[in-house]
Amino acid sequence: MAVSSRSAAPVYTDESVRWFALATILWGVVGMLVGVFIAAQLAWPQLNLGIPWLSYGRLRPLHTNAVIFAFGGSALFATSLHVVQRTCQTPLFLPWLAKLVFWGWQLVIVLAAITLPMGLTQSREYAELIWPIDVLIAVIWVSYAVVFFGTIGIRKVSHIYVANWFFGGYILAIALLHIFNNIQIPTSLTHSYSVYAGVQDAMVQWWYGHNAVGFFLTAGFLGMMYYYIPRQAERPVYSYRLSIVHFWALIFTYMWAGPHHLHYTALPDWAQSVGMVFSLVLLAPSWGGMMNGIMTLSGAWYKLRDDPILKFLIVSLSFYGMSTFEGPMMSIKTVNALSHYTDWTIGHVHSGALGWVGFITMGSMYYLIPRLFGRKQMYSPRAIELHFWIATIGVVLYIAAMWIAGVMQGLMWRAINPDGTLVYTFVESVKATYPFYVIRWLGGLLYLSGMLIMAWNTVMTMRAGKVAIVPVPPVAAAHA
Amino acid sequence: MEILYLLIPLSTALVLFILGVFAWALHGGQFEDLEREGERILLDDPPVPAVRPAGFDGDQNRPPEHEGVSRTI
Repeated sequence: MAVSSRSAAPVYTDESVRWFALATILWGVVGMLVGVFIAAQLAWPQLNLGIPWLSYGRLRPLHTNAVIFAFGGSALFATSLHVVQRTCQTPLFLPWLAKLVFWGWQLVIVLAAITLPMGLTQSREYAELIWPIDVLIAVIWVSYAVVFFGTIGIRKVSHIYVANWFFGGYILAIALLHIFNNIQIPTSLTHSYSVYAGVQDAMVQWWYGHNAVGFFLTAGFLGMMYYYIPRQAERPVYSYRLSIVHFWALIFTYMWAGPHHLHYTALPDWAQSVGMVFSLVLLAPSWGGMMNGIMTLSGAWYKLRDDPILKFLIVSLSFYGMSTFEGPMMSIKTVNALSHYTDWTIGHVHSGALGWVGFITMGSMYYLIPRLFGRKQMYSPRAIELHFWIATIGVVLYIAAMWIAGVMQGLMWRAINPDGTLVYTFVESVKATYPFYVIRWLGGLLYLSGMLIMAWNTVMTMRAGKVAIVPVPPVAAAHA
Repeated sequence: MEILYLLIPLSTALVLFILGVFAWALHGGQFEDLEREGERILLDDPPVPAVRPAGFDGDQNRPPEHEGVSRTI
């Protein structure tokens, strides 16, 4: 194959990129639909309908798995396999393996959609899937790593672009985390016990859980940020030097922030404090990266007025900045004493998930999809603009409602009468939260509507376009 | 907290590995000409490579592995 592609002009192997891009849109709609449904269940519990498969407890992990691993995961596969080819100026290493990764990942998603509503779970947050699926994920992940690092190995450009460092870092870290968090002793095909016990188990779980956020939902998406923002803005990243510092600083500090999920638990105090300190340190590289991305538009701010894709990309960075400030703040033990177990945490997660991860994905997909189908832009640029505003209003409603609800719950739970009894019963705080649950549901509904507009726009773009064959440009001598 | 007997060696090994990769990047010339690397991704169809006069290569100071990389596929 190498010989034939050398004699003819080599072309980029975009088939798996195209499939993953379409899967991103599909699973985005599905995952967000489940999210809106369970948000409605919190406001109106009758919607559980008395059917076990539709109960909140089973659908909630389905929602998180669908949006993180099906929507976010497909977006990461699509963009990393696109960016690595373009920046290394070479087709993929083992394109057939990339196709296998695609179908394997879809199989994992379908298995998750069957097992989770059936109530089959490991009861580990963001790692609910039962052990046979975990094994399948490990095999697919290793194949993905082979394709990605293999492509870097056959690169035609000696420099490895910073986006690839972020993608590479996330791929290695997730492999490590997934394997060590899922070491289980099976008792049957669908059930197993963790080899760790008690607080040890909790520590491993949140070492995994926080780094799933840090590497899957941050490092990978920063890879997107460092390629698609410069491309869409048609300007190099503000400071390439700073982007390198951003990468190494993030990689060295992220791993130990996990214990902040276990403040005021059986975890030793000193371990909680270590987690808190590492979380605070993380503010520096995060904000450095955010500034770097936003300042890429320095001197070209006018582009933001007319280009809805840039709006998505730049606003995603402001949400990234916001949630990476909020996160370290919430990891401070005194703040955490108020915020823990309240809806503030859910608000925090969604300002990162909807605002940062969602928006950077949507912006990147709006850049990528027309190019995969041989068109200059999406079928309807005005629909992108509409999507942007609907989604922005949705996110703002969502996180504002959860902030108010969370702080209110925290204050109600800790309120004490002079005689030492609690001022409020728990159910009173639930009742007080009702209006905010309705507002949150409305925000989620708006965000889902935006996603449906995107799906329509994607289908129209596909119908108007055709599969694009993109030749690999020759490597300019000065840059080779 | 016996779990630390697993997590600390694991993190230490990881940090050593990362340091190794960083050292490779530093000495392998990854950080030689950063400003130009930031701009390179914007060139979709790079202009026809400038034909360099023979003997001009001497002062390019490029990393050696680079020639090897450019011919493999």
